[in-house]
Amino acid sequence: MSSEDTVDCGRRRLLVATATAGGVAGVAAAVPFVASMLPSERAKAAGAPVEADISKLAPGQMMTVEWRGKPVWIINRTPEMLATLRKVDDKVSDPKSDKPMQPEYCKNENRSIKPEIMVTVGICTHLGCSPIDKFKTGAESGVEADWPGGFLCPCHGSTFDFAGRVYKSKPAPDNLEVPPHVYLSETKILIGEDKKA
Amino acid sequence: MSSLNSKLQDLLGWVDARFPLTASWKSHVSEYYAPKNFNFWYFFGSLALLVLVIQIVTGIFLVMHFKPDASLNASGVPVAFASVEYIMRDVPWGWLIRYMHSTGASAFFVVIYLHMFRGLLYGSYRKPRELIWLFGMGIFLCLMGEAFFGYLLPWGQMSFWGAQVIVNLFSAIPIIGPDLSVWLRGDYVVGDATLNRFFAFHVIAMPLVLLGLVAAHLLALHEVGSNNPDGVEIKKKKGADGIPLDGIPFHPYYTVKDIVGVVVFLFAFSIVVFFMPEGGGYFLEFNNFDPADPLKTPSHIAPVWYFTPYYSLLRAVTFPLFGIDAKFWGVVAMGAGVVVFAFLPWLDRSPVKSIRYRGPITKVMLTLFVITFFILGFLGTKSPSYAFFGAIPGAPVAQILSVFYFLFFLTMPIWSSLDRCQPEPDRVTDK
Amino acid sequence: MKKLLTILLFAPLMAFAAGATLHLDAAPDRSNDIPALQRGAKTFVNYCLNCHSASYMRYNRLHDLGLSDAQIKDNLMFTADKVGELMRTAMQRDEARIWFGAPPPDLTLIARARASEFGSGADWLYTYLRTFYRDDARPTGWNNVVFANVGMPHVFWELQGEQVMVDHKLTLAKPGKLTAQEYDEMVADLVGYLKYMGEPVSEFRKNLGVIVLIALSVLFVFAYALKREFWKDIH
Repeated sequence: MSSEDTVDCGRRRLLVATATAGGVAGVAAAVPFVASMLPSERAKAAGAPVEADISKLAPGQMMTVEWRGKPVWIINRTPEMLATLRKVDDKVSDPKSDKPMQPEYCKNENRSIKPEIMVTVGICTHLGCSPIDKFKTGAESGVEADWPGGFLCPCHGSTFDFAGRVYKSKPAPDNLEVPPHVYLSETKILIGEDKKA
Repeated sequence: MSSLNSKLQDLLGWVDARFPLTASWKSHVSEYYAPKNFNFWYFFGSLALLVLVIQIVTGIFLVMHFKPDASLNASGVPVAFASVEYIMRDVPWGWLIRYMHSTGASAFFVVIYLHMFRGLLYGSYRKPRELIWLFGMGIFLCLMGEAFFGYLLPWGQMSFWGAQVIVNLFSAIPIIGPDLSVWLRGDYVVGDATLNRFFAFHVIAMPLVLLGLVAAHLLALHEVGSNNPDGVEIKKKKGADGIPLDGIPFHPYYTVKDIVGVVVFLFAFSIVVFFMPEGGGYFLEFNNFDPADPLKTPSHIAPVWYFTPYYSLLRAVTFPLFGIDAKFWGVVAMGAGVVVFAFLPWLDRSPVKSIRYRGPITKVMLTLFVITFFILGFLGTKSPSYAFFGAIPGAPVAQILSVFYFLFFLTMPIWSSLDRCQPEPDRVTDK
Repeated sequence: MKKLLTILLFAPLMAFAAGATLHLDAAPDRSNDIPALQRGAKTFVNYCLNCHSASYMRYNRLHDLGLSDAQIKDNLMFTADKVGELMRTAMQRDEARIWFGAPPPDLTLIARARASEFGSGADWLYTYLRTFYRDDARPTGWNNVVFANVGMPHVFWELQGEQVMVDHKLTLAKPGKLTAQEYDEMVADLVGYLKYMGEPVSEFRKNLGVIVLIALSVLFVFAYALKREFWKDIH
């Protein structure tokens, strides 16, 4: 053993080399374990697009379909509901949908392909709860006295309008996500896929 | 009889020549000298160990029947949820084992919080016990992880949405967040992959780390010796035999005393297990009797009571800072609210350890902190729109109290050194 | 200081304050009333089990209610062959989704799941089953006071009659086969059964608890005496 004040440079070099090589080997060995926790092929395959039939969806009603394990809402908005959107433009945090929470073709004032039909992922952008529909207006909704109708997230109180736009100073940072979707016919929507390239 | 005795002595000698059995027994139990003035607050260390044993034993037997499987059975119910009800109904005495485990989870936090509060009262984290405190913080964090992973397993509505919310907290981290939360879940939503890995963490990974930390916590304690309600070091006054004058052997004195504590604890524990296993909805949340439904969030979700103070801190941050979303800072506040306890040994600048000899500022601050902790905890169980007596809105109250929560710690170096302390006695005072 | 802390420890538990309130009628206690629970079981299999399942509950568990295998088989079993089977429903889940929008929930644990800060699950069920009223705006023609826009129609309408909502108050527009009091009794029996089914072991659990607490009290006396004996040496 070398004493404290004399350093055996040959040993030190070998120590450093062994430690480096061993460390690299250790990190390399960790890779498969860390990677094994990523979504499996089965989980990836489960993300296939789904078809929704909206022929029975009356104005003012909404339906929910499951896509990638998430609820996707389809809302048939009445003219009154659409009118509320313009009134709350200055109350929502991203009125013009500048953040990329929707495909390009839904970056418009109603956040939809057809003005009345809204398609959106019913998962709050805060912490992933599913907001509750509060279509009744005013105090009767239990939200607030001048509530124009929309959605309320039960977890942390974020509120959204009929286009899924989040109100200002709420915990949710972004508008509800609009998934890629395409109309196969007048009454059939394919959710999870755009027009095929 | 005497020949049997001598044979046992021989056997012990044989073992001792190969393994330090007698030596370990002496250094950790029969000749570990603990201060003689421990009061009721000193029960909670041994009780924590007891609850750990209860959880491990009941857990082993639950694993024999539980199935971590999120797929639906013939009745359209997730297999995991159904297997819990199978334990509750079809497995002989399964209900008792399950209630002991679910009550044990809450009991663990009751005991640990009281144990930590004891540390705050008597300055048990102060030099030379900083490492004991840090190992203890490690145990606390592990326990939170263990409770969180375990809570998903029954696969009820609260299990599912609680996990959904907590895992999504990680997605608040800029840049890597969204990928990180997918990696944690193993899927794009909380699902079967998540359930299985949480099961692995709950029954293997976390308990192993926990046991290691408990061993380190106890070894560090036995190295420096126990603190006591007077906060004086008994090792400073030793007798001619080298034994602290105020120290008494842990065994038999504290073993027999702790047995009394254990019986009292088991009495309270049994009251919950046998008469109120749901704990009024705080120990087993009512919504969790509905199986997980990924398409529907229950109208009111709240974490289990032991997480609610930190949950209130999370919700208190509703404004963006430095161009990063409020969500991220909420997560930071929540994490900081837990981790800040680890800095106590270096934040506390008081010349004395024990609350008995500290001045009015400390007493007031500590009382206010306890009140804050409870109110934040209470508000965390309520919806964000909750108002006290229907008039005083809870959200701003939680925000003000959150600020105080951190001020308590951040200003501690100032107020703890300003306080008018009394001199510590030389020896422990009898009780 | 100690007293103050004790008060602080329990204060939050007492600080129940009013938020949005839901008024629930207290369900009469049927937990030790075996004949009532038997009547409730009968109502359950005749009315509820057509659409709802109780898929964690085995028929032969009804031994708890003093029923023999033969009695269970003859009077209560319509959807299963063996008494050891689970209370499944005859309805297909996919059909149910079409008829009601969502499959009717499993009822085994309903009395536990419906508990809230407003009252026990039994209170909720007792109120719910008595507050259906006519509402032509709903697809089923029925609405409910505690469960607004419920998907379930009023299955007991022949027994209770038809209630209507006038000025936020329920009034009986058409009487049913039962008087109001008889109907309440019937619902109380059914709710008693649902509560029993939520946790069949609960009565035994409480009885056992008393024994355990007595045993621990005895142990406490010995343990305390032991501690006193040893601590005599310490001054």
